[in-house]
Amino acid sequence: MATRNFGAPIRRNEDARLLSGQALFVDDVELPGMLHAAFLRSNVAHARISSIDVTAARARAGVVAVYTAADLGEYWAPGPLLVPPPPIPGIIFNQRTQVPLAKDKVRHVGEPLAVVLAQSRYLAEDALADIAVELDALPAIVDLEKALADTSARVHDDVRGNIAAHVRQIRGNYAAARLRADHVIGRRFLYDHGASSPMETRGIVANWDGRANQLTIWDTTQGPVFLRNGLAGMLGLSERQVRVIAPFVGGGFGPKIMLFYPEEVVIPWAAIKLNRPVKWIEDRLEHFFATTQERGQTHDAEIALARDGRILGIRDVFLHDTGAYNPYGLTVPINSQCTLLGPYVIPSYDSTFTAIFTNKPIVTPYRGAGRQHGVFVIERLLDIAAHELKLDRAEIRRRNLIPPDAFPYNNEIIYQDFAPLSYDSGNYEPILDKALEMIGYDRFLAEEQPRLRAQGRHVGIGIACYVEGTGIGPYEGAKVQVQANGKVSVATGIGTQGQGHFTSFAQIAADQLGVEVRDVDVVTGDTDQFYWGAGTFASRGAVVAGNAVNEAAKAVRQKILRHAAEHFECAEEDLEIANGEVSVVGVPGQAVKLGTLALKANPMRGAVRPGTEPGLESTQYFGPPGGATASGMHAMIVEVDPQTFMLEVLKYVVVHDCGTIINPLILAGQIHGGVAQGIGNAFYEQLVFDDDGQLLNASLADYLLPTALEVPRMEVAHTVTVSPLNPLGIKGAGEAGAIPVGPLFAQAIEDALGLLAQKIELNEIPLSPNRLFELTAKPAKSR
Amino acid sequence: MNFRLTQPAVLIDINPLTQFSGVQNCAADRLRVGALTRFGNLERDPGIARDLPLIDEALPHIAHPQIRNRGTIGGNLAHADPASEMPAIVLALAGKLRAQSVRGERWIAASDFFVGALSTALEPDEMLMEVELPTAQPRSGACFLEVSRRRGDFAIIGVACTVRVDEEGRCSAVRIGLCNAGDRPIFAADASGSLVGRRLGPTEINQAADLVQGAIDPGGSIHASKEFQRHVAGVLTARAVAAANQRAQREY
Amino acid sequence: MLLSDFLRHDLLLAGTHVGCEHGVCGACTVIFDGVCVRSCLMFAAQADGHAIMTVEGLAPDREHLHPLQESMRDCHGLQCGYCTPGILMTMKVFLDETPAPDEAQIREALSGNLCRCTGYQHIVEAVQLAAERLRR
Repeated sequence: MATRNFGAPIRRNEDARLLSGQALFVDDVELPGMLHAAFLRSNVAHARISSIDVTAARARAGVVAVYTAADLGEYWAPGPLLVPPPPIPGIIFNQRTQVPLAKDKVRHVGEPLAVVLAQSRYLAEDALADIAVELDALPAIVDLEKALADTSARVHDDVRGNIAAHVRQIRGNYAAARLRADHVIGRRFLYDHGASSPMETRGIVANWDGRANQLTIWDTTQGPVFLRNGLAGMLGLSERQVRVIAPFVGGGFGPKIMLFYPEEVVIPWAAIKLNRPVKWIEDRLEHFFATTQERGQTHDAEIALARDGRILGIRDVFLHDTGAYNPYGLTVPINSQCTLLGPYVIPSYDSTFTAIFTNKPIVTPYRGAGRQHGVFVIERLLDIAAHELKLDRAEIRRRNLIPPDAFPYNNEIIYQDFAPLSYDSGNYEPILDKALEMIGYDRFLAEEQPRLRAQGRHVGIGIACYVEGTGIGPYEGAKVQVQANGKVSVATGIGTQGQGHFTSFAQIAADQLGVEVRDVDVVTGDTDQFYWGAGTFASRGAVVAGNAVNEAAKAVRQKILRHAAEHFECAEEDLEIANGEVSVVGVPGQAVKLGTLALKANPMRGAVRPGTEPGLESTQYFGPPGGATASGMHAMIVEVDPQTFMLEVLKYVVVHDCGTIINPLILAGQIHGGVAQGIGNAFYEQLVFDDDGQLLNASLADYLLPTALEVPRMEVAHTVTVSPLNPLGIKGAGEAGAIPVGPLFAQAIEDALGLLAQKIELNEIPLSPNRLFELTAKPAKSR
Repeated sequence: MNFRLTQPAVLIDINPLTQFSGVQNCAADRLRVGALTRFGNLERDPGIARDLPLIDEALPHIAHPQIRNRGTIGGNLAHADPASEMPAIVLALAGKLRAQSVRGERWIAASDFFVGALSTALEPDEMLMEVELPTAQPRSGACFLEVSRRRGDFAIIGVACTVRVDEEGRCSAVRIGLCNAGDRPIFAADASGSLVGRRLGPTEINQAADLVQGAIDPGGSIHASKEFQRHVAGVLTARAVAAANQRAQREY
Repeated sequence: MLLSDFLRHDLLLAGTHVGCEHGVCGACTVIFDGVCVRSCLMFAAQADGHAIMTVEGLAPDREHLHPLQESMRDCHGLQCGYCTPGILMTMKVFLDETPAPDEAQIREALSGNLCRCTGYQHIVEAVQLAAERLRR
């Protein structure tokens, strides 16, 4: 394969349409006779439903229908468990999934109670005010520790202590490690992640064609194939009768891979029942309740160390807020559990978590998917250890890094893909060295910081490392075809929410087939174009679907060579493919266009021989044996105003290893975007719930997304350890930027304000000027 | 209205009343700003930096460019959000506001205009038409400072300060106003008065900052506790007074 | 009816996107009588008699893109593309008024447009490149 495009910063195929407003997003779909839906949502967090009276709403002019749970009849059912619990010995798991419309009980603010279908969204929302609901409020479960008490209210009446799950994973022998240790440090850590807040909220348009017996659904989903399969089953249709299209989607970040949301289940049903197209677009206010999010964990963690800073073992006990339902199983807390291990040798590990139901929106993965929480714990423990053992922060990390000859490195405990956590390849010390060099670590500590301090400026430096399991199975597939006009079409089952698949997959195919990237047309997210697949999540799109594209393109390449060899009556070895044609090496003038070969491969006369297929097309699948392990380190210099606690990032560096790079421009964009979300998570974004389970900041005015003034310039560098788990050697990169930013901020701010010397530690995220004021204004508490 | 928190039966679009937009001098030391003057127009008006430096310094903190292209000074003042910058500035400048109704017109002093959170002295049938403000004078300096979570967000605390000095460099007039320090814009009378007649050094300025902290009653929010607001009010007062004083001295 | 809904669903100019409907995110930004405004904060009726430019009007013709659009493409200044039309309209007016901006000025002008994908860096570079191209 002549690699011209792979690894090159090719401009994106899809941009011209997006830039001129010609790209189709779900709310752009307009169908004749389309109705608009609005959902009545609970305004209390926990209540029994006494009655719902929709009579007045139904009578309003312009309203076509109003439905409650009772109207759904047999169709009403709790959603499927999307991710079963992993096979961990002794696991406790209580499955409780969301329902299409609440019946008997509401369990979080925003849970849907009824749906109005009307001529316009304005009218539908007017009609919501006509619906009379009587709710008997119950105490809201908000605090994780209080939730466990026997006397506490129960989110699910039959689940004692609101325990959604209990999981313990062990490696080695922590008790023995603790006895041997020269130093033991124990702390409580609080990590709160937030709402993904893509610029496009969720939306669905469902169109039932009763004559063709076909249901077409446009949905902002990250998982169109699974959605199609599930909805077909629920609606009593065959999969072939249902087409799910995820068109251009304005950002996913995880919550759009949650499937069978109440609205997703209700809207298609309503479209069939009314025999009219139905549209529902989530507005931003709804998004804070109706779309899944991540939230907090409370960790009581302990690290046992040798005198020289080497880790002997870690024990961690944590509580995880899973929200009112748990359709996504244990992906998030398992990720926390596993990612805590980081790039370090940790001989003994004893980790236990309890996932707890609360009266808040459902928690499912959001970029990082629980890894942030684990990374915060280990990086903070190392920072505190460095301080207490009087070691440099970079040095203590260096001493614990897994050596480069230890791969594949088996951490033994079970990861989110149900396999033991094994790092496929990695080389961590060069990452550390490069990051330190780029941030100017030694020079900063020795010269710049003292100099600026003398001027009264409070500057500090932070570093944080992480390892990220990416590219997990089960599989993806791709169909590649050379068409009669010489252009190449590629189709795959995953969707795209900005990651540039239309270009990166085109690069892979273009290199195999000797064509220009712009002559490769990629279709993603349309179940009629490609039947099989899992979805875009867990930093797996490029790895798994990219490799499937590669396999399919390779197979097509073989067909091209075979056909061309016949055409030229020569051996395949004598041929080369470039510039959209096949030529005989060393014989100028002997060339045939790919389009011509494609035509010849699909003759109107003459049979296709047994064992062959018409055309130049192939469908191939790729299922990785395990996840490929990316890794990296962030470093940052900040300045903090010691009186107002306002913060400015002066320098930000990322060194990332995601194996072979397909498109460095797209990769840089993924890193930048991840860091921006990480900065939001660390210092700006926080979902503030009160004791009644009410979200106090359900708007973009008060849920603070970073703007161009809060996100600094970032310098990104790469190291490469190729993954042995796939032919292209690539590893995922979609989530990496977001993962280590929390501990980075904590460490850098501590350094800037000299907090550790004052016995003040920052062991929680998010931070803010207000929180820093509170923590520094009070006397330091010993933990 | 988009949040359906208010659903008026009748909406009147006053945007076509462009004759009430614009800045006019009405005396050597005063000018009048029409109620429908957009913040964006004030930003682009070179005279504002010279004549109303407090407003000039506050404008970048008011929301974002797209909002400033539509938002008007009259709308902002009549809305009377205690966290808004304009009410605090108009109060600090001791401005006057002209209200008009079918019954006639009247001028309302800024100190009488803001009566509570989202509440003004305007009668239900009155409309705010213009605001009269003093222009910057020789040997005076102004400073507006704000702490907010992101640029353009509501202020955690904002301080608007003007200082005038005499021929010996002693302070002859000081006015300190604050936003988001209570249920309405605050004029820190004691703190302001404490500085008159003195040469402003760190001791005097810090005393004034302490007086401000004692005089205000911030409400707290999810972004800032009352204690943090009070703390920041002191910090910004000290910084704003020092800066305004320095600018006044430079003028001289 | 909001101006944003009128543009998108009555005029079928769906390039202007709606991100929040409360005036914060900037995705719905259009050019109204030469200045940038939030179309979600205006009623359609208020547009009567005024001039509006949406993203569909930015490119000179079907074959060519505006230098801002080209620069965004060259610098990878968009990923999902949802916030992009709002940013293009904001930056067009900004560059008309400030033809040679520095990075700080660009970021300040961008601060009223939220992007969740890019982290803004490539957008800033695209605007710098576009400014250069427009000056030539």
